[in-house]
Amino acid sequence: MTLDNLPIGKPAIILTVGGEGDLRCHLLDMGLIPHTEVTVRKVAPLGDPLELYLRGYTMTLRKEDAARIEVRPKEEI
Amino acid sequence: MLLALVGNQNCGKTTLFNQLTGSNQHVGNFPGVTIEHKIGQIIGWKNYDLVDLPGIYSIRPYSGEEKVSRDFIIERKPDAIINIVDATNIERNLYLTLQLIEMGKPMVLALNMMDELLGNHGSVDIQKLSDRLGIPVVPIAAAKNDGVDELMRVVAETAENAVKPRRIDFCSAGPVHRCIHTVSHVVEDHADKIGVPSRFAATRVIEEDAEIISALKLSDNELELIGHAVLEMENEGGLDRNAALAEMRYRFIEAVCSECVIKAQESKEMLCSVKIDKVLTNKYLAIPTFIAIMGFIFWMTFSVLGKWLSDLLALGIDEVTALVDNALTAYGLNPVVHSLVIDGVFAGVGSMLSFLPIIVVLFFFLAILEDTGYMSRVAFVMDKLLRRIGLSGRSFVPMLIGFGCSVPAIMATRTLSSERDRKMTMLLIPFMSCSAKIPIYAVFTAAFFPDHRGLVMTCLYVFGMLVGIIAAKVLSKTAFTGKPVPFVMELPNYRMPSLKSVLLLMWEKAWDFIRRAFTVIFAATIVIWFLQHFDVRLNVVGEGSTDSLLAIIGTWIAPVFAPLGFGDWRVATALLTGLMAKEAVISTLGVLMNVGANLGSAALGSLFTLPSAVSFLVFCLLYTPCVAALAALRRELGSGVKTVLVMISQCCVAWLAAFCVYALIGVIF
Repeated sequence: MTLDNLPIGKPAIILTVGGEGDLRCHLLDMGLIPHTEVTVRKVAPLGDPLELYLRGYTMTLRKEDAARIEVRPKEEI
Repeated sequence: MLLALVGNQNCGKTTLFNQLTGSNQHVGNFPGVTIEHKIGQIIGWKNYDLVDLPGIYSIRPYSGEEKVSRDFIIERKPDAIINIVDATNIERNLYLTLQLIEMGKPMVLALNMMDELLGNHGSVDIQKLSDRLGIPVVPIAAAKNDGVDELMRVVAETAENAVKPRRIDFCSAGPVHRCIHTVSHVVEDHADKIGVPSRFAATRVIEEDAEIISALKLSDNELELIGHAVLEMENEGGLDRNAALAEMRYRFIEAVCSECVIKAQESKEMLCSVKIDKVLTNKYLAIPTFIAIMGFIFWMTFSVLGKWLSDLLALGIDEVTALVDNALTAYGLNPVVHSLVIDGVFAGVGSMLSFLPIIVVLFFFLAILEDTGYMSRVAFVMDKLLRRIGLSGRSFVPMLIGFGCSVPAIMATRTLSSERDRKMTMLLIPFMSCSAKIPIYAVFTAAFFPDHRGLVMTCLYVFGMLVGIIAAKVLSKTAFTGKPVPFVMELPNYRMPSLKSVLLLMWEKAWDFIRRAFTVIFAATIVIWFLQHFDVRLNVVGEGSTDSLLAIIGTWIAPVFAPLGFGDWRVATALLTGLMAKEAVISTLGVLMNVGANLGSAALGSLFTLPSAVSFLVFCLLYTPCVAALAALRRELGSGVKTVLVMISQCCVAWLAAFCVYALIGVIF
C-alpha cells in the first residue's frame, strides 16, 4: 500500500521511495528510506497534507508525494 | 579566523549564533546570490568571525540554501565548521554531519539541547561519539548558554591547529563501499586539482552532482568507469544510487546511535507538542484559532500597541518639526530652503518613520510565532488553499500581513526557503489592500455610498484578492513556470521563544527600515517636494498651484485616465502623490480642490460620477504600492530594473481592471 492510504496511527515500514529528482533526494535526506518505520499522525484540516512521525521527529508531506512511497503496515510483517 | 555555523533547521542554530556573537552581528550578502547570511564577531574571542549559514538538511545542492552553504565551505574555506546538532533528534541531524565530515574540513560538533535530552532520561556517550565520528563533540544547551565557553575553546583549538576529521569513510564492506572506493580512485587526481577530498568528490559524483562533475573535468573513459561501478552497486544492492548512499549513511548513524545514545523515553516536549496540536491543528479548531491569533496580532498592531506608539512618535516628530520650523523662521532662512526642510524632509521622512512602531510591534509578534514553532503549523494548515495558486502554505503569513502594511509583509517573505515562492509571494502582496488605503475608501464610500459603506469596502478587499489569484495563476504559468518547491517541512516541537532572539530580530528589522527611510525614501520625498513647489522655469509656486511641475505632469498623464472616467488633472496629480504614501491621495485632492480636509460629496461630485468613483477606487486598490513598499521590494528582489517592471505592470493591471469595471457599470446603468 502507499503511504497516503495508511490509516492514521498505524506504524508501517517503508518498502520503496519512488518519484524522481529533487523531491525524492530530499525525502531520502530527511530519513525516509527503505526499512524505516513511519506513522501517519494526522491529516491537515483541509484534507491535505499529512503529518508524519519517523526517526523521533515530525514532518509534513503532501498526499500526492506520499502516494509515491510504498509501505507495509507493521502488523502484517 | 573564519568559522561557519552549519546545522539543520530548528536545531537552535540562531540561538547559538546570538549567544556567541551577541549584538556584534551584521547582515552580508554572498556574491552572486540574494540569500543573505549573518556575520558576527565572537564575544571574547578577538579575530574570530562566525558566519551563520542557512538551516539545511543535506548538502545536495538542490535548494538555494544548500548550494550557498556548500559553495561557502568549498570556496571561502572557513578555518573550522561548527556543526550544531539537536541531541533530541540526533539521527536525522547526524546525516548532515556525515556529509560535512566528507568535506574534510576542521570541524567540531556542538550537541545542542542536551538539557532536554537529559531531562527525559536520555544520554549520550560524548567520548564514544567523538571517537566514532572522528571529530570533537561538545555538549551544550544554547538557550541556557551552557557549555558554550567550552565549545569555543575546542573550536579555537581545532581551527588553530587545523585538525581535520580523523575518518571520512563511513561505509561497511559491501557494494556501496566498493563503488565509493573505485570512484574515489578514479577521481583522485581531479579532486586534488580543485582542492576537495577524493571521497567527497566520489560521493558527489555518484549522487550525480552536475556542478562537481563538470568541475572535475573527467574524461569519457573515466566517466564510463564510474558508470560501471555505479551500475554494479545498484544491481548488487538492489537500491538506486541516491537511495544506496542515503541508506549507507543512515545505517552508520543507526549503528553509532545504538552504541552511544540512550534515546529519551517519551519526551515531555514531544508529548506537550502533541497536546497543543490537538487544538492548533485540530480539524475544526485549527482555522478559527488561527483567525483569532492573527486577529489579535492585527488588533494589537494596528489599533492598540502599534498605533499608540505610532501616534506618540508622530506627536514627537510634530513637536520637533514645529521647533525646527520656528527656529528657521526666527533665523530668517530663505523660504524655499525652509520649505524644503519642513515640507520636504521633515514631512516626508516623518511620515515614513511613523510606520516604524507598527513594523517593530508586528515583527515582535511574528518572531514569537516563528520561534515557538507555530508558523510551520500555519503552513501545514493552509497549504491546500495556497497550492491552488501555485504556492505553498509558507506564503500564507506574509500575504496576510499585506493587509496591514506591504512593507513588513515583503520583509517577512525572507522566511520562505524557495526563491521562486519568495519572489512570487512578494509580487502578490500588493494585491492585499493595505491599511493606508483605508482613508481613500472611507472618503469615497462616504461621498458616494453613504448607505453601503461596509459592503463596498468588503467588495474592494475581495476584488483585490480575486485579481491577486488571477495574477498568481498567470505568474505561475509565465514568469514562474518552475515547479514549486515540494512541501516537505519539519514540524518542530513547540518551544518557549527566547527573548534575546526576539529582540534581536526586532532590532534588525527596525534598523533595516530606518536605513531605508533615510536613503531611498528620503531622496524620493525631496523629488516629490521639488516637483510640487517649482514650475517649469524653476520659480517657486504655492501648494496646490496649477503651474507646479507636478501639476504639469498630472495634466500630461490625465488623458491616460480619461477612459477610466476621471481625466481631471487634479485626480492624476493626487494619484502621483499617492506614490509617497496612499494617505496622500486624499490630502492632495483636498489641497487641489481648495477644500482642505473637508473633502465631501460636494467637492468629489464635481470630479466624479458614481461609475468613475468606483473605477477610481479600483485603480487605487491595485496601482503601484508606495515608495516605502517599493524600496522594500527593491531590496528583497535585489534589482532596481525588476522593481520598476513590477511597478509598471501593477499600474497596467490597475488600469485594465478599472477600465473593465467602469465599462461594466456604464453598461448596467
